[in-house]
Amino acid sequence: MSTRLIPEPAEAVTIFERSKPGRRAFTPPPTDVPEVAIEELLPAELIRREPPRLPEIAEPEIVRHYNNLSKKNFDLDTGFYPLGSCTMKHNPKLNERVAALPGHAKLHPLQEPAYAQGALELMWRLQGALAEVSGLPHVSLQPSAGSHGELAGLLLTRAYHEDRGEQRTKVLTPDTAHGTNPATVVMAGYEVVKVGTAPDGGIDLEDLERKATPDVACLMLTNPNTLGLFDLNIERIAEIVHAIGATLYYDGANLNAVMGISRPGDMGFDIVHFNLHKSFTQPHGGGGPGAGPIAVSERIEPYLPTPQVVQRPPDNGDGPVYDLDFDRPSSIGRLRGFQGNYGVFVRSYAYICSVGGDGLREVSETAVLNANYLKALLADDGIGEYLPVAFDRMCMHEFVLSGSGAREALGIRTLDIAKRLLDHRVHPPTVYFPLLVDEALMIEPTETETKETLDRFAEIMRELLAEAAEDPEIARNAPYSTPVRRLDEAGAARRPVVRQPLPE
Amino acid sequence: MADENYPDGLLYHPEHDWARIEGEEATLGITWFAQDALGEVVFFDPPAVGSTLTANESYAEVESVKAVSDVYAPLSGEVIAVNDDLSGSPERINDDPYGEGWLVRIKTAEASERDSLLDVAAYRELLGR
Repeated sequence: MSTRLIPEPAEAVTIFERSKPGRRAFTPPPTDVPEVAIEELLPAELIRREPPRLPEIAEPEIVRHYNNLSKKNFDLDTGFYPLGSCTMKHNPKLNERVAALPGHAKLHPLQEPAYAQGALELMWRLQGALAEVSGLPHVSLQPSAGSHGELAGLLLTRAYHEDRGEQRTKVLTPDTAHGTNPATVVMAGYEVVKVGTAPDGGIDLEDLERKATPDVACLMLTNPNTLGLFDLNIERIAEIVHAIGATLYYDGANLNAVMGISRPGDMGFDIVHFNLHKSFTQPHGGGGPGAGPIAVSERIEPYLPTPQVVQRPPDNGDGPVYDLDFDRPSSIGRLRGFQGNYGVFVRSYAYICSVGGDGLREVSETAVLNANYLKALLADDGIGEYLPVAFDRMCMHEFVLSGSGAREALGIRTLDIAKRLLDHRVHPPTVYFPLLVDEALMIEPTETETKETLDRFAEIMRELLAEAAEDPEIARNAPYSTPVRRLDEAGAARRPVVRQPLPE
Repeated sequence: MADENYPDGLLYHPEHDWARIEGEEATLGITWFAQDALGEVVFFDPPAVGSTLTANESYAEVESVKAVSDVYAPLSGEVIAVNDDLSGSPERINDDPYGEGWLVRIKTAEASERDSLLDVAAYRELLGR
């Protein structure tokens, strides 16, 4: 018996393609206040001559469209997401309940501090928690992304040097630095100088000493670095940098490895940024929203952005206890509208309260344990010879393998491995970063994965490589089971389609 | 994509650039190894005609899907021509890195600089291939 299926209509990609003239999702009731002509409210040059061509669509169609799109997505709630450097740990659902409380969700951003005491107290306490984690006493929550925090750090550095009458022109970054570091350096008006990596994976101290000249404003460092390795010479590095009067900036992207165990302030850093969307569970992926607050040392404090969230002394009379302080004459100014991404602060603070100080330490210990366990599994026969680890030492919360072994022995590249993993319902690790490692595969399991998940990942890798040994074409043409197959990335970069064509 | 090759008769720079000397002028580009490491090129940002190149310094950028990479000048000189076809077809750098994928032509400033460049044997040795 054969069945005939009526083919589905060609799938709409965008909501515009579901539009049908005259359909509405919402019809307001008749107005019960006097109508005022729009010409009396807006200047003539701002009034449209024709209505905007928004999609005309009923609610059920809207819901189905986005619901179906969401089911095509592979996200953290779907499966294992070992994307190195991103810290894709589980985002506790409790945080959403707390962030939805009306006192948070309905608070107007222009509300007077006197009527926003709960929010300001939360921000003040979050600042305190971050100060304790970093070992640096003064925190600003304004920067709204990690890269924004980096920019803040360099602007603070510039203000610090200029205040002492110095004009410095260069910033040092390791050659393993995340791309945002040199980009931020250029954006802040400095010249990038790259420092080499030693055979043990840490900074090449000789190269650093050569390049640590009096025109250097700052060294930007991530520790553990993007190879997942803790730099054993960090105290010597701080000495070298401070000896030339430069500031030491800590990119906190890898904080998940060290919370409650070591503190950047104790290592000699002047400025730290945090990625609240990484270690502190603000949901992320696809570019935001996140938050990149900074913590700084005493000597940098005067330049912090304005306003600062402060706790006033008890004899403040009728004034609020928690307040916004605009009296900051040396400040670098405002970095963000309003006070930053408030919802992110709520979720991060809820997370910190949930796990507590001891809990944060346990988070880091488990993150490091999981990474080392997975690294050991992937060194086993059937995997290790194809994907050798880039630096053979104890890693921290992430580690980097090289796909060059697979390329030589099996004829498949890291890209092919990544694509084939999608068929196994695992999100690929970070690929081709850091550039220092050939065919890099950066794996960060995080602390929220079970042992079974890690074991299964290793088994999948073993099977994938064995399959490639028999027939490399399978991986080269993967993925097969995803909504789209291999994309023409070069074509997309050269001929991007960024506009929705509308019917005439 | 081209097959791996490093022609005789070219001079090579350790940062994976080549120079074809033609009297007082030279044509410059990136080697097969460089285009392979970059992946599919999507954009080439050339220097202006008339600008000056300094040996061992970056004079342009090549952008692939993966990364933006500096292009290093093997020799110093004045830019007399740039490969305009690359703006519409940057993939020529991948498909024919020594021919249609040429980047710039210069009037060489200092003949002795050629002595610091590598011949094909030395470049292959550097690559380990």
